[in-house]
Amino acid sequence: MSADLATYNFAYLDEQTKRMIRRAILKAIAIPGYQVPFASREMPMPYGWGTGGVQVTASIIGPDDVLKVIDQGADDTTNAVSIRAFFQKVADVAVTTHTKDATIIQTRHRIPEQKLTEGQVLVYQVPIPEPLRFLEPRETETRKMHALEEYGLMHVKLYEDIAINGRISKTYAYPVKVDGRYVMDPSPTPKFDNPKMHMSDALQLFGAGREKRIYAVPPHTEVVSLDFEDYPFEIQTFEQDCALCGAHGVYLDEVVLDDKGGRMFVCSDTDHCEDRREHGHVGAMLAQDSVKGQEAAE
Amino acid sequence: MTDTPLLKVSGVSKFYGSRIGCKDVNFELWPGEVLAIVGESGSGKTTLLNCLSTRLMPTAGSVEYRMRDGNFRDLYHMSEAERRFLMRTDWGFVHQNPADGLRMTVSAGANVGERLMAVGDRHYGKIRETATDWLGRVEISADRIDDQPRAFSGGMRQRLQIARNLVTGPRLVFMDEPTGGLDVSVQARLLDLVRGLVNDLGLAAIVVTHDLAVARLLSHRMIVMKDGHVIEHGLTDRVLDDPREPYTQLLVSSILQV
Repeated sequence: MSADLATYNFAYLDEQTKRMIRRAILKAIAIPGYQVPFASREMPMPYGWGTGGVQVTASIIGPDDVLKVIDQGADDTTNAVSIRAFFQKVADVAVTTHTKDATIIQTRHRIPEQKLTEGQVLVYQVPIPEPLRFLEPRETETRKMHALEEYGLMHVKLYEDIAINGRISKTYAYPVKVDGRYVMDPSPTPKFDNPKMHMSDALQLFGAGREKRIYAVPPHTEVVSLDFEDYPFEIQTFEQDCALCGAHGVYLDEVVLDDKGGRMFVCSDTDHCEDRREHGHVGAMLAQDSVKGQEAAE
Repeated sequence: MTDTPLLKVSGVSKFYGSRIGCKDVNFELWPGEVLAIVGESGSGKTTLLNCLSTRLMPTAGSVEYRMRDGNFRDLYHMSEAERRFLMRTDWGFVHQNPADGLRMTVSAGANVGERLMAVGDRHYGKIRETATDWLGRVEISADRIDDQPRAFSGGMRQRLQIARNLVTGPRLVFMDEPTGGLDVSVQARLLDLVRGLVNDLGLAAIVVTHDLAVARLLSHRMIVMKDGHVIEHGLTDRVLDDPREPYTQLLVSSILQV
């Protein structure tokens, strides 16, 4: 690079900003589930693209880290590719798509299928950090409700779901209680992933750039999904297996194939799916294709 | 009635800058007693009610409440968490405008159930059962349980608000013009209902109203206010039949006769 170009500090943010964000992160870890305000910066991407997550990642990343970025479970979608490229450029760090190789995983909407291990950090991009927001629009009031542990309103929402739909119909951003104290929005991950947050070996950090909040779930912390005694919390179940790798009991995406009702269900976690296929697992649709391919060859 | 009061109010004053909201109010309220606060607009009725119900901090004076353990606590020396807990369990507050006291965007059942869930009830079936029971007691049919209060008439909303407040079995209910804005036949029905509930449950209530007929029907004792001062205080029938102060006489003689 020529010298007349403006040069960035390591990982884009200046050191004072990183220091400020690290302080917020430390406080968040000290009070699991509590939303710590921080002075969110403008990032070179629009709000809603993960500015909160990017700032958290930029503050904790070091030259030896290996970064993985996922968007809706996939490593190859626009958001994931551009954030990964961003950190390659501004921090010159190694990147990977393999969950087990990564030290920092920035995610939007999913927790990897592979169990996270000690030493890994999962950074969530959060659009609206306040779980009570759509029930109580006043920030002053929601803060007071958190402070005084007044969470009856959260159950009013669940009650409404059952009264209208016959079951708790909330499928994503399903509210959880962290460490028996704060009710937290786990970001718009499917409720399928909620049990993975419970007693996780990895550190989980949440960054909301537009709303200027950071919160955290330290490793080995209790995370309980809210429910009723007679309507217990349940995760989504799928009748099919993954069409490509045959995985069962994982979160699947529905892909429409044509306009005649053709569709397939595939792993939402692309890395998990590829890894299984490399190890010889074959799903229904891939098996058909290979049979067809052989026939054509003959 | 027992011989210990439920609420002791002494020297409560509220100033808005140099203006008087209410000044030096003293009274005691016993369990099961209904007290009416009457007076013209701007006489400080609502200010006083808000000071008593901890919605507004008084400038001077103290309000002591006898907790369920029998001990008196000064409301303004309690922590905010304790006050708020008291407000949603042992107390009720019925607003003049039901929209202020209800959650208009959640169903009637959830409105009634909210207080139960706030104190830790976590069984959907039981919450719904209690809500259905309470809707019945305020004469709202059980098939409206999943409707939002937006779909209710003014009278129904007011009755729903009452059910929502009474579901946790409070001992003291504050009512701010509970019949304001309702037509006379609906008013009559609501008054009848409130009177029945107050008798059945042995509630103590403080009712703010400018309607002397409401005071006559509901209350045992009444306080007449003017310009922030209590000018007369006594049994409802005595005050209304034999008013002593000139202002009270004016108030009583201003009732429209049909």
